[in-house]
Amino acid sequence: MEILIAILIGLLTACGVFLLLRARTFPVVLGLTYLSYAVNLYLFAMGRLTVGRPPVIGSGLPGYTDPLPQALVLTAIVIGFAMTAFLIMLALKARAELGNDHVDGEEER
Amino acid sequence: MSFSLFLVTLTPFLGALLIAWVCRFGRYAAAMSAGGITLAAIGQLVYAAAPVVSGETLIQQMAWMPQAGLNLAFRLDGLGLLFAGLILGIGLLVILYARYYLSERDSLGRLYAFLLLFMGSMLGVVLSENLIQLLIFWELTSLSSFLLIGYWRERQEARHGARMALAVTGAGGLALLGGILLLGEITGSYDLSVILASGEIIRAHELYRPALALILLGAFTKSAQFPFHFWLPHAMAAPTPVSAYLHSATMVKAGVFLLARLFPALSGTQEWSHLVGGVGIATLLVGAVIALFKHDLKGLLAYSTISHLGLITALFGIGTPLAAVAGVFHIINHAIFKAGLFMAAGIIDHECGTRDMRRINGLWKFMPYTATLAMVAAASMAGVPLLNGFLSKEMFFAEAAGMATMMRFGWILPLVVTVAGVFAVAYSLRFIHDVFFNGEPVDLPRTPHEPPQWMKLPVEILVALCLLVGILPALTVDPILTLAAGAVLQTPVPEHNLALWHGFNPALWMSVIAMLGGVALYAGRKPLFGLHREFEGAVDARRVYDRLLHGLLALATAFTRWLDRGSLQRMAALFVTFALVLGAYGGFGGVAWSGARAPLPVDAVSLLVALGLAAAALTGTLLHRQRFLAVVLTGAVGLVVSLIFVKFSAPDLALTQLSVEVVTVILLLLALYFLPQSSPAEKRPGRHARDIVIAALAGLGVGGLAWAVLSRPPADTRLADYFLSNSVGGGGGHNVVNVILVDFRGFDTLGEITVLALAGFAIYAMLEKLRLDGRGCDAAGRVWDADLHPAIMASLTRLLLPLALLVSVFILLRGHNLPGGGFIAGLVTAVALIMQYLANGVAWTHDRLPANMHPLIGAGLAIATGTGLASLAFGHPFLTSTFGHLSWPLVGDFELASAMAFDLGVYLVVVGSTLLVLIHLGLMHDASHGPQACLIEEEDTAWKS
Repeated sequence: MEILIAILIGLLTACGVFLLLRARTFPVVLGLTYLSYAVNLYLFAMGRLTVGRPPVIGSGLPGYTDPLPQALVLTAIVIGFAMTAFLIMLALKARAELGNDHVDGEEER
Repeated sequence: MSFSLFLVTLTPFLGALLIAWVCRFGRYAAAMSAGGITLAAIGQLVYAAAPVVSGETLIQQMAWMPQAGLNLAFRLDGLGLLFAGLILGIGLLVILYARYYLSERDSLGRLYAFLLLFMGSMLGVVLSENLIQLLIFWELTSLSSFLLIGYWRERQEARHGARMALAVTGAGGLALLGGILLLGEITGSYDLSVILASGEIIRAHELYRPALALILLGAFTKSAQFPFHFWLPHAMAAPTPVSAYLHSATMVKAGVFLLARLFPALSGTQEWSHLVGGVGIATLLVGAVIALFKHDLKGLLAYSTISHLGLITALFGIGTPLAAVAGVFHIINHAIFKAGLFMAAGIIDHECGTRDMRRINGLWKFMPYTATLAMVAAASMAGVPLLNGFLSKEMFFAEAAGMATMMRFGWILPLVVTVAGVFAVAYSLRFIHDVFFNGEPVDLPRTPHEPPQWMKLPVEILVALCLLVGILPALTVDPILTLAAGAVLQTPVPEHNLALWHGFNPALWMSVIAMLGGVALYAGRKPLFGLHREFEGAVDARRVYDRLLHGLLALATAFTRWLDRGSLQRMAALFVTFALVLGAYGGFGGVAWSGARAPLPVDAVSLLVALGLAAAALTGTLLHRQRFLAVVLTGAVGLVVSLIFVKFSAPDLALTQLSVEVVTVILLLLALYFLPQSSPAEKRPGRHARDIVIAALAGLGVGGLAWAVLSRPPADTRLADYFLSNSVGGGGGHNVVNVILVDFRGFDTLGEITVLALAGFAIYAMLEKLRLDGRGCDAAGRVWDADLHPAIMASLTRLLLPLALLVSVFILLRGHNLPGGGFIAGLVTAVALIMQYLANGVAWTHDRLPANMHPLIGAGLAIATGTGLASLAFGHPFLTSTFGHLSWPLVGDFELASAMAFDLGVYLVVVGSTLLVLIHLGLMHDASHGPQACLIEEEDTAWKS
């Protein structure tokens, strides 16, 4: 299972980086979203993978998974949303003011 | 505990603020309050000084960051008292003088505010017990002197001079920081008391040499020692009151203060005497020689200041206790006569409209009284008997002569010193003769006359001091000198006899030679001036500085141009590549990619889900130019990610990811409406291939890293165990993730919701006044459905709303003990409300819901912060939580934790920020809807064909 998750993290990173390097604002925003998935999964996986041991005390389970990466990732997801929202608005503003959606604000010559 | 020294230092800073306000009530009010503030600081100093006068050292500490050795610590001993007295005393005179010096056009309030800032910084330097704190004030003197030197900001030479002073002294400050850190490393403390007592350890330590070199760099740049002296003459572009203050008693004296302060810790080695003594002697000579040839009145004084600072440095370099006493004595004397001379020069400049000594001649006839004052001060600078300058210079000569037999080539010292003395007499004579006699003035812009009485008063006081100290040294200066020298040496002060007559000794003969030689040199100056003209500018440290500066700027510009060609794609590619190179470099360290942890078995469902995610992500990426499809696939990826969280025991994360995904997809779709529906093809050939390689390598690296960690057992589970075992007992909640968020790491969460709120407000600000044009049809050219709000959807979402809100409240309340909490509940509420906007339209929803989300966000932040502050009120640290059990009728036992109030704050901020963003984007939709032509953009058709 671990190898599967590692491959998925790698795949999401590759997709994110590829989109990040595109010339238009919208794919770049999507790329950052992919990168967020990858980073969040990566951080989460740092607590190792455990099945069926949610960190809720008193559930009668023999043990619990590491709660700290989960707490870190939880806020990261929300902040990631704020970042995506900010970027997409920036893209809208740039499109309105510059008349194009190229990341450099002008079409390539 | 007493804070008196802290208050002394703080007073001028507060005063600077006050002046900035008071100056609107006129020049008189500004001057009076500046003087009053200085007097207040003097009063506090006198009040605090009582124990110091009897020989104690006053140390006042307040804990700030004791773990890092950082305390707010002040120290008052003899040396600090002397310097604080000079700073405040001469500061007061300068304030009075500046009132009459500055013309009506210049803002007196600004000058006073800067002057007080500088005064406070200097006080901080001389009263600091902690060296890091001393450095902070040291840098503040650099900054505030920058403001002072550049006071006439419309003049280019003022801006240049200010920048040069800042660059040189700022660079020195950086070196000093390094030196102080090394000292702290050696002694284990930044407290002066410790450092001054561990001289033996410091000098024997292997880090002594680098520490000494760095600290001396700081001191030498500040005190304008050769070869860093060049900034000082350029700082003469400042108004003369500023020069009188900075270059007599304060700024440049900070460097020699540091030498004196650290004298017991650093002196007494070969390195010290060679470096400090050598640099001091070189500066003494260079300054004295150049001073003679300066035609600018202030230029002459500037180089004379350099020379005298060299003299003081040389005395500390000689290193004997008596030399240190003489050094402290000359600090006092130089401050007094040089402040007087600068003020006199300012009067002359003020009255004549020029400072060129080739034009200013024969002023005796116009202003005999000022001339007398200036002549006395200049005579003191030359070292004429009966004046204070003579006494310390004589002590210096005696020390230099004493060194003659102490070492090989020791005889050079008295020789060089005497030559410098000859030049000092010659330039002082020039100041007197050229300005006040030597024929008639040449073509002066104004007819000079005596200045107003109040402008002369500071000079009178200073000249009177010159005479008093010069004639009756034992009665006037000896007590404070003994006190200060004792603080410098940290041992009992050696026998010293401050008298005019010491008998026929070598020092006397050196003085006589200097006097006669100086007169002779001045008499024969004409051919020398010719010689100087020929060689002028041949050796100029300023040019080296300029070339260095230009070189550095050119290098930076060239590098930036090469790196940043205005292309974000290029920068991003470089960034990722660089990270890859670093990662590869670190990865080749011989660490195995695989560890020994037993992997979990792969089941068929998981494999299928993983394949689905991979397919969605790859398709979304490859077909990213069809933007709508890409958004839908991104949403699918997000949903699968939340499934991964479900599988691996993270219910909170799954809920969060799920709700965020919904909001994100809505947001992206709303935004896509205003953007082109597809991306045009890449224009540069080969870019795709390049990016695929970079992306694949990045994916390989991150995936490999993830595998390397996942295949190993955790190295350390202490943190996890701590949170798991303290969650119920310490935080009163069973859901450990939530307890970490709202309790253990509550401060982090407070920061994060603040960021969320800020992002919301920033988006709001960005969208304001933004007008976007929507499109009338979709990418394929189909016109939108006229029925924007289908009835079935509208009624269904209305029915669902109370249920959804109930769920979100439930999630919020149970969050402390079961998966849920403020973040998730906030997102669920936001989704429920956004559904109303989508289904019923913004206008309909606006009539029923408050449109303004700002109060909601504000309330959330206030509640979260308020929970933290409440714990302060109960005497606990910020954000300490408490909990208890409450028995409600019917409901039964109910646990209530203060952290739940915090979670409510989180909830409100999340709801507010999310809605703020989406509602305003939705409003723009409404505004853009109208009878539009269905324009199919060029790029839309491009990918279809």
